[in-house]
Amino acid sequence: MRISLLKRPLLVFAAEVCLVSVPVAAWAHHGGANYDMEKQLTMKGTVTEWLWANPHCFMKYDTTDDKGNVAHWAVEVSNPTDMTKRGWSLHTFKPGDEVTVTVRPAKNGAPVGQLLKVVLANGQTLMGWPNGPGGAASTPDAGAKP
Amino acid sequence: MVRAARLQLRMLVQSRENRAARNEDSRMTRLPRWLIEAVAMVGLLLGVQAQTTRAQQTQTKKSGPAPRRDMSGIWEVENTIEGISPAGVHSHAPFTAWGANVANNVYKPGDGPRKVPIGNVNDPLDSCDPAGFPRDLLFEFRPFQVVQTANQVLMMYQYQRVWRVIWTDGRELPKDPDPRWYGYSIGKWEDDQTFVVQTSGLDERTWLDNAGDPHSSEMRVEEKYHRVDHDTLEITVKIDDPKTYTAAWLARDKLRLKLLPANTDLMEMICAPSEAEEYKKVIANPATGPTPSK
Repeated sequence: MRISLLKRPLLVFAAEVCLVSVPVAAWAHHGGANYDMEKQLTMKGTVTEWLWANPHCFMKYDTTDDKGNVAHWAVEVSNPTDMTKRGWSLHTFKPGDEVTVTVRPAKNGAPVGQLLKVVLANGQTLMGWPNGPGGAASTPDAGAKP
Repeated sequence: MVRAARLQLRMLVQSRENRAARNEDSRMTRLPRWLIEAVAMVGLLLGVQAQTTRAQQTQTKKSGPAPRRDMSGIWEVENTIEGISPAGVHSHAPFTAWGANVANNVYKPGDGPRKVPIGNVNDPLDSCDPAGFPRDLLFEFRPFQVVQTANQVLMMYQYQRVWRVIWTDGRELPKDPDPRWYGYSIGKWEDDQTFVVQTSGLDERTWLDNAGDPHSSEMRVEEKYHRVDHDTLEITVKIDDPKTYTAAWLARDKLRLKLLPANTDLMEMICAPSEAEEYKKVIANPATGPTPSK
């Protein structure tokens, strides 16, 4: 009984430690200015492509609304070097994977954004852009610096 | 460390329950459990932080003395964000008229005090041009490996996977050389722990940093590497470019580097033009353009 009493806060604690200790090496110099730092969208989609590349990795996925309209999204995370440290890889996604993604969308309304969090079909959660949902905004900055 | 933290928390909760059982502190038993847990968590976090600090201090103390005239190994900036320097150098000497004109009217950086909207950025890195020297030390200064031979010191950088040759055979810098992206470098040991590199002949198409600070081909750069102890190196970078700046200035001032394990496998960080173009097409340009019609 005592153990179960301890488990819950320790899990929370572990999660906090993970979030706090995430390296912020990558987020600080690419493409924050075009994204709406006050807005986050969560949606279900199907992966169509996962690109493991510099300057930033990005995932393409499709969403379908109630009327059957399909939207093609593309969302970015950091470069392979930094994402490897966070446990991501070339094989993290494959076309056809069902995912639930949380993104920080572009200010102009285009279906692009920063990938903050993704939940896989098996329930596994991957944190994307450092700081994640609710985290501090990245430094506004210019485009690709591979 | 987590085990220790768990043990601390367990002991804390056990202690509370024991006291409650003995009715030694009736006020304690009336406190809500969430409050007790919250206080415990704060204590734990502070404790873990203290343990981490102690561990780091212990680690530092373990470092042996600096070897003599040797800086071979794989090095990484201790403060990785400082190494990446997304907003450029902290400060620089005032521009000359020539330098100010280039900085204000020619270069359009994506960060720093003269930042422009993304669509107007003309940073050469965006099209995979070389970062060049010394931008490779002032932006995205990621891990690099130093190899010493009988007549050279080689510096091999993870970012853009490039290397520099620093001649240690006593030669002079070339007179009026054709500019190169990474220039011409000679080095010598100032003392047993301090290696000093002089570089000239630098291509002025490169930027100094992510803030679009310019330089001319007349620039001379001095790097001073001081091996503090076995695991620590400090780098100081001095820019001397009278065509662009009114005085010499330090772009890095004793920036600390730590020695990585010898078996560290550095990943590639290569700018592939096709990948950069795809990124621009799929991510950067749509995010930059006008609001798409519905």
